[in-house]
Amino acid sequence: MNTLTVPWIILFTPLAAAAVILFVGRFSKPLSAGLAIGSAGLGCILSWWLFAQPDPGAAPPWYWMDFGDLLQVPIGLTVDHLSKVMLVVVTTIATIVFTYSVGYMKTEEGYWRYFAGLSLFLFSMLGIVLADNFLMMFIFWELVGLSSYILIGHYFKKDSAADASKQAFIVNRVGDFGFLLGILFLWAATGTLMFGELVGRVGDFVLNPIYLTVACILIFCGTVGKSAQMPLHVWLPNSMEGPTPVSSLLHAATMVAAGVYMLARIFPILEAAPHALDVIAWVGGITCFAAALMATQQDDIKRILAYSTISQLGYMVMGVASAPTADVPMFHLFTHAFFKCLLFLCAGSVIVGMHHEQNIWKMGALKNKMPFTFLATVAGALALSGCPWITSGYYSKDLIIAWAVVEHPFLGWLSVATAGLTAFYTFRLVFVVFLGKPRDEHAKHAHESPLVMLVPLGLLAIPAIIAGFPFIENIFFHTTEPQHVPHLLHPILYAMFFGGVAGAWLLYRDVAKDPVRIPLFANRLYIDDFYSWIVKNIQGGGAGVLSWADRWVVDLFIVQVPSKLAWACGFVLRFLQIGNIQAYAFFFGAGVVGLLYLLISR
Amino acid sequence: MPTLANYLIVSGLLFSIGMAGVLLRRNILIIFMGLELMLNAANLSLVAFSRFNLGQDGMPGYNAQVFVFFIITVAAAEVAVGLAIIVALYRAKQTTHVEDLDTLKF
Repeated sequence: MNTLTVPWIILFTPLAAAAVILFVGRFSKPLSAGLAIGSAGLGCILSWWLFAQPDPGAAPPWYWMDFGDLLQVPIGLTVDHLSKVMLVVVTTIATIVFTYSVGYMKTEEGYWRYFAGLSLFLFSMLGIVLADNFLMMFIFWELVGLSSYILIGHYFKKDSAADASKQAFIVNRVGDFGFLLGILFLWAATGTLMFGELVGRVGDFVLNPIYLTVACILIFCGTVGKSAQMPLHVWLPNSMEGPTPVSSLLHAATMVAAGVYMLARIFPILEAAPHALDVIAWVGGITCFAAALMATQQDDIKRILAYSTISQLGYMVMGVASAPTADVPMFHLFTHAFFKCLLFLCAGSVIVGMHHEQNIWKMGALKNKMPFTFLATVAGALALSGCPWITSGYYSKDLIIAWAVVEHPFLGWLSVATAGLTAFYTFRLVFVVFLGKPRDEHAKHAHESPLVMLVPLGLLAIPAIIAGFPFIENIFFHTTEPQHVPHLLHPILYAMFFGGVAGAWLLYRDVAKDPVRIPLFANRLYIDDFYSWIVKNIQGGGAGVLSWADRWVVDLFIVQVPSKLAWACGFVLRFLQIGNIQAYAFFFGAGVVGLLYLLISR
Repeated sequence: MPTLANYLIVSGLLFSIGMAGVLLRRNILIIFMGLELMLNAANLSLVAFSRFNLGQDGMPGYNAQVFVFFIITVAAAEVAVGLAIIVALYRAKQTTHVEDLDTLKF
């Protein structure tokens, strides 16, 4: 066992677990769960071990496809600082969420299907993290899309879940089309798909910066889809139809962060395309602000968190475009993975305690019924809102905001405002769910979740608070504060946090229903409605035209007319069939005579 | 000494008689005999061509004669099958007149 073989073991153990669960999982619930948790746990231990080792050199590449000089498709694993951090995050959180799922899914159907899906997801996600070339990353990129589809649609008998999984898949397809085009652009220009070689050949683009800009923006389309940036963010809130641990692992902590990870992986290439970085910054900044606005008016506990995830991903994407190293957004990805995963698991605990009620306006006063979940939620909420000095979110988010203010002042101040909104909507959720009076029978009889769910909450609460502290920051990353940060920035950020929490306290401390009604935000800026309108009218109209063409052009002129023509000819010729054998012989003889005449007279 | 044309005329006559029998007669057995006559007309012309088409070594072309043997053999087999069909037909329909056999029509 050495640093070259261990990554392969980490990668393929979950796949093996998924395969075994698929075949024998239906016979035994503990076996399914045990295999999934075991494979994730093994990966977790090995990842931490690997993290402590020095980086191994590049292994000799193994070629999956080899077309000589034209195209070589290597399959290889990158083990460097970036991927090791990501490995640790993914496997650790996966282990915790898998364990939590045992409690959450106890009474649900499709138990083995669920764990097989989770293991398949883990395999795909680790493939993205470890890929050393674009094509391999793209393959695993699609595989996480598939696992996401399977897991969102876990309750496939429910129409909304089936639709949500379909939507997630199709919306991602839009982004991935751009991603694939971008990969082809880069490959066409440099002739290589390897990240390491690509970085070395960025210099080739000096003569044609526009080409590089277009390629980078196309690749960024992949991030827009996978990381749910505007305008392709609509699938993420709907993906909340899946089981809550899935939302926690895929749609908060790891999969949606894959887009940011990919940007970090190709960061040196992006740096050579400043205009592409501007586009990325604006998309990230606008997403970050708009999603926070939408989050303030949602009623579903998971949707609030989903919009919050979109908003935080917006921060990371903006961080990629603003900071001088990829460490800055990766640092936020690292802390966000813990506290957002924690918040989702808390939401899951609340949902189980409330007998699968997700509307926060039917909860209330759960503080006394579920004290442990309450404490964990507060820890996560503090980290998400960036409570100064004592939480991880403060350190990572402030770094991004500081760089954004320096590099893109408008977006920077927009993200400062978003910080206030974040504190507001997060504590709106906390106050409405845990304080006030019970608004529903379920809330009166809510119960604390079993230990198998509470222990993961506790395990996640610790990194959610401390993962951003400077001593960890120094071990993991080498980030630096930007120069020329306005002196007022940090006081303003403190004010934003306390202002947001105070606003939520004043408005939502003890109310029966939402005192603020802003239809624009509650209806998600009408973007979903706009897409529905497009699908219904433009896509539907196009489909109508095609259906008309299919009926009247293809069916009539290409299928019906020739068939009727052949039938008519046959009908005419039928009259020659008079049933007299000698008449046939006569026709035959006459035909021969005719042919002979034609041949001879020519 | 008859010439090639004499043989071909006889062959043509035979063929015409056979064909007239096939087209005009109503009894299926006679039609069958007409068919045989046409086959033998073809045989006759083949043999005549062979006889009058000597090679450089003064020998006739044997290809045609071998061809004739094949036709005779195949004709014998065909007669066996054809007569068997006619017998079966007669048993089914109690007739050998082709005008009564007109079920296969529109």
